[in-house]
Amino acid sequence: MNAPNRPELSQDTELPLMQVRGLTRYFGARPGCIDVSFDVFAGEVLAIVGESGSGKSTLLSLISAQLKPDQGAVHYQMRDGVNRNVLELNEAEQRLLMRTDWGFVHQDPAMGLRMGISAGANIGERLMAIGARHYGDIRSAAQSWLTCVEIEPDRIDDLPKAFSGGMRQRLQFARNLVTQPRLIFMDEPTGGLDVSVQARLLDLLRELAANLGLAVIIVTHDLGVARILSHRILVMRRGRVIEQGLTDQVLDDPQEPYTQLLVSSILQA
Amino acid sequence: MIESPHETGYNFAYLDEQTKRMIRRAIMKAIAIPGYQVPFAAREMPMPHGWGTGGVQLTAALLGPEDVLKVIDQGADDTTNAVSIRQFFQKTAGIATTTRTDEASIIQTRHRIPEMPLKAGQILVYQVPIPEPLRFLEPRETETRKMHALEEYGLMHVKLYEDIARHGYIATTYAYPVRVEGRYVMDPSPIPKFDNPKMQMSPALQLFGAGREKRIYAIAPHTRVASLDFDDHPFKINRFDRPCALCGGEGVYLDEVLMDDRGQRMFVCSDTSYCESRRAMGHGPVDASAEPAR
Repeated sequence: MNAPNRPELSQDTELPLMQVRGLTRYFGARPGCIDVSFDVFAGEVLAIVGESGSGKSTLLSLISAQLKPDQGAVHYQMRDGVNRNVLELNEAEQRLLMRTDWGFVHQDPAMGLRMGISAGANIGERLMAIGARHYGDIRSAAQSWLTCVEIEPDRIDDLPKAFSGGMRQRLQFARNLVTQPRLIFMDEPTGGLDVSVQARLLDLLRELAANLGLAVIIVTHDLGVARILSHRILVMRRGRVIEQGLTDQVLDDPQEPYTQLLVSSILQA
Repeated sequence: MIESPHETGYNFAYLDEQTKRMIRRAIMKAIAIPGYQVPFAAREMPMPHGWGTGGVQLTAALLGPEDVLKVIDQGADDTTNAVSIRQFFQKTAGIATTTRTDEASIIQTRHRIPEMPLKAGQILVYQVPIPEPLRFLEPRETETRKMHALEEYGLMHVKLYEDIARHGYIATTYAYPVRVEGRYVMDPSPIPKFDNPKMQMSPALQLFGAGREKRIYAIAPHTRVASLDFDDHPFKINRFDRPCALCGGEGVYLDEVLMDDRGQRMFVCSDTSYCESRRAMGHGPVDASAEPAR
C-alpha cells in the first residue's frame, strides 16, 4: 500500500516553522504527555500516531495553545519571521494566531463549524473577524474556496446541517484555509467517514497541502492515513514519543516493539 | 433620608439610599466606559421582570424632588406599562410627571426614542431585556466577555452576512447592533433601527438598564454611535411611504392600527406626545387616512 504520489517537501527552509521542546503535562498524577520534543518545517506533513489514550490529543491541544503545559516550550516562526514562544503570547495574540496563521480541523465537524449558519458565512467568519467589511468580496472568497474543496458553489447559502459528513469536513478545510494559514492542526479528520469518502478527502488534503505549501500536524490512529499523507511520523505511547522518523522508515522498518505491534496489526491488503 | 411628601413607609423613590448609591456608582462607571456593560446588584422591584425593572431602578436612583418624569412604552404615554410606572414614581417620590418630551428631565422608555430631538441635561433611560448583543451568537457569558475585552466582533458581521445572504439586504429591524465610540459593540435595546441615528452625538445622556440580567450601560452625551454594516451594504433606516394619518407628520416612525375586522387600517405616529403636539399646532391629515381593505 505504498502511495505513489506522495508530495515532496515543497521548500527547504533552514529554520523549522515550529519547534516543540520538552512538553510535559500531567493530569493529577496521571501523565498526559511527557517530555515531547520535535520540529515541524514549512510544507511538511507530520503524523502523530498511537492508540487511544496515548496522549496524541493532549499533545495537539498543548502545541495549539489550548491547554497549558506543566513544562516545555513551543516556538513558532511568526509571519514577520520572528521566533516566539506561543505559550508566552498573551491571549489576544494566541487567538489571533489561531484564526489567521493557524487552522484547526476537528474530527467532529459540529465542533469546528457553526451548524446554524450558512456555508458562506462559515467560510467568511475568519475574514470578518480580521476586519473584512465588504459583503461582495467575502462572498466571492467563500465561493472560490468552496470550489477549491470540491463543493458546488451554489451550496453557499445552505446550512452545514444539509451537508453530508464528507462535505462538512471539506467545508471545515475551506473555513480554515480562507486566511491562508501556514500550519493546520488536524484531529482525526477522517474519523467516522466511510472508506470511499475517506479516500477522496485524503486526496484533497494531500493536494491542498502540496499546492499551498501547508504544514500539517495530523493526529490519527489510522496508520494508513499516516502513510498516505505524512512525510514524517511520531509514535506515541503512554504520553511519550517512543519512535520518530520518516514515515516509510518507521512503518516499513519499525524499531520499537510497540511500533512493530501497531504496524503488524493493520490488515494487509 | 429624603421624606416623601405623598406616601409614608417608603423611602423617596422606593429604593433605599444604599441601593441608590450602588446603582449610581454603576452608572458613573458605565458613563466612563461608554457601551460597556457594568454588572450591578439589581433588586427585586414590585413588578415582574420584563416590565422594565432595570429602567425603573435607574430612574429611582436618578430622581430628585425637582425632576419631571416622562414614561413611554413603544412611544406611547398612555399604555399600561407607561401609566403604571409613572404612577409608581408619583406615589413613591411625589415628583411631577409630564407627557411632553421637552418638559421632562428624565424620560424612561421602552423600545422608542422620542421624535423630538433631546436636549442637553435630559436623561433617556432605556428598559433592556437582553443587554448582550452577542448572546444569540455565543451563549457562553465567559466567552462573550472575552470577546468584548479583545474586541472580537467578527461574529456580529456574520449575523449581518446571513441576513444579506438570506434576504438580499440587512433584515435586522430592531435591536440593531451599534459600535460606541469606536470600541464596544452594544445592543441599543429593542428600539427600531429607525431610531439608531438619534443616538449618535446626542446631547442627552442615555442610560440602559437590564434588571433581570443585572447590567447597566450608557452612552455619554456627544458620543459617536455607529450602526454596524458592510461597505457595499450600508446601514439604512426604513422610510414610510405615507405621513401620519392623524397629524400628517412625515419622517417619523409609524404604528399600524387595525380599524375593524375587514382589514381597514391606519398608520399613525408611534410617538403619541409628538402627534398630539402637532395636532395642537393645527396640523392634520394630509389626505384620506385609512387605506381600503385589500
